[in-house]
Amino acid sequence: MPALSSAQIKILSKVAAMSSTVSATSGFWKRNQQRLAPWLFLAPGMIMFSIYVIIPIFQSIWISFYDWDGLGPKTWIGLGNYVELLDDEAFYTSLKNNILWLVLYLLAVPAGLAVALFLNQTVTGIRLYKSLFFFPFVISQVVVGLIFTWFYAPDFGLLSALIKTLTGQSIAILADERYVTLGIIAAGLWPQIAYCMILYLTGLNNINPEQVEAARMDGARGWSLLWNIILPQLGPATFIAIVVTVIGALRSFDLVSIMTDGGPYGSSRVLSFYMYEQALSEYGYRMGYGAAIAVVLFMIMMVFITLFIVRMLMRERHA
Amino acid sequence: MFPTPVQKAAPWVRHAYTIILPIALILWLLPLIGVAITSVRPSADLAAGNYFGIPSRFAGIDNYTAVFRDSPIGWYILNSFKVTIPTVIGAVGLACLSGFALAVYKFRANLLIFFLFVAGNFIPFQILMVPVRDMTLRAGLYDSISGLVLFHIAFQTGFCTLFMRNFITSLPFALIESARVEGVSEWRIFRYIVLPLMRPAIAALSVLVFTFIWNDYFWATVLVQGQHAMPVTAGLYSLNGQWIAAWHLVSAGSIVAAMPPVLMFFLMQKHFIAGLTLGATKG
Repeated sequence: MPALSSAQIKILSKVAAMSSTVSATSGFWKRNQQRLAPWLFLAPGMIMFSIYVIIPIFQSIWISFYDWDGLGPKTWIGLGNYVELLDDEAFYTSLKNNILWLVLYLLAVPAGLAVALFLNQTVTGIRLYKSLFFFPFVISQVVVGLIFTWFYAPDFGLLSALIKTLTGQSIAILADERYVTLGIIAAGLWPQIAYCMILYLTGLNNINPEQVEAARMDGARGWSLLWNIILPQLGPATFIAIVVTVIGALRSFDLVSIMTDGGPYGSSRVLSFYMYEQALSEYGYRMGYGAAIAVVLFMIMMVFITLFIVRMLMRERHA
Repeated sequence: MFPTPVQKAAPWVRHAYTIILPIALILWLLPLIGVAITSVRPSADLAAGNYFGIPSRFAGIDNYTAVFRDSPIGWYILNSFKVTIPTVIGAVGLACLSGFALAVYKFRANLLIFFLFVAGNFIPFQILMVPVRDMTLRAGLYDSISGLVLFHIAFQTGFCTLFMRNFITSLPFALIESARVEGVSEWRIFRYIVLPLMRPAIAALSVLVFTFIWNDYFWATVLVQGQHAMPVTAGLYSLNGQWIAAWHLVSAGSIVAAMPPVLMFFLMQKHFIAGLTLGATKG
């Protein structure tokens, strides 16, 4: 427990002096203050969070057992929506794309580490370089989506022009079922690599220099130094990078909506987008079916959330 | 330090590094640079097929004026501010209270509530979409700024509480204990002892939440329909539909929409990164 600084002691005596002037508080409050205070402090946040986050999760699960257009009466159909999902081509396309997103998005973690290692120097202007490398993360995904749509556009897109000069073929990435999801994931990787980079830069900043020097004395160099000494110390950064990347991959909605609107022919849909499309599309509101898709996505996410919580819980116990 | 500082490396490595660094940056930002150049290109260039060359003249003023004059983007930006600022105040304020409660008091449900906030933070938005939209409709808040703000405050409270709780845990607990011995009430301990020490955390969180909310697109499309309450992310998407092939305008609009969080980031960089990398060192 750190000792109090003199400034802190000064604040303390000032607050204590203010308090001694008000002593006419009732006996009940005096006796139970310690026990009631946390609940009073928690109440506003907990009420808001319960209304908008906790309760709606259960409502969504409940709605997924109904056939509902959002306005009229709900009809109970039990597992009907889930049974329908099993036979839905579009659902499998979305699920497959989600897995692709998850796997490829995780490339942001090693890529971010690579960029961080590249930038972890102390040359003039390096701070500005680091900020500019981080830049894509600050920009909204809507803007990132528009930028890459332009970048990929056939005829006048920069990347298409490059591909054409290199291979002589013109490829319309976002109109081609084979490449569309890969193209969108690449756009998503751009800010995500920046995010992982900043996590690793902070991690590298806090590495124990003595250990590194000692390992160097023992003749550790390059890869073996990175693998045996540096990476273990970057553990917390790696963990957070993986968590935010997994969440980012499963939340991917903005880029799909902006860049292709799920097309061509629904081939770039992901679960989050397909759910939105079913629940709120111009083809009619299928709230129950949409909720069922959301529940599936939620279950996938729950696996990762549970892992995360278990790790945090273990750390809390150790502390 | 890892990797070995270039200053200690062979001279050719040092030179190579100073040459590669700017090249790498240009490649990394190439899509962005392309858009920035397109935003100052006259429309005649695009019609004549001059997509990548040097713009025939600087048309930045024309393009940016056109974006503001011919589209409601100024209004959308105003809406974004109207959504973002109250959300930052609300979410950070609520999190100061709940973070304090979870960090300072030991009670049985403490960890359970904390993990509820943490877990709620990571769920996919879609599991909330149908009930939240329905609730907002029934409360008469659909298609309004306040409907959006209320949801954002509630959702961001999860992340902010996690952040605040961890920050307060790292403060000297002896300070609180000695105040209690002096008979200072719990509220005063919060208000006059802990809150002043939370300033760096409040700054870091405010910048982060500002960026998150400014950049939100999903909820803007779910809870808002008309122009009058639409934030700039959703607004830009609808403008993109109107400006087909007018890439100079799309580019200028994108840059305008991206500007506030970018400025925020460069002005408050230290706080922003401190907030984002919380836990990356000790987690």
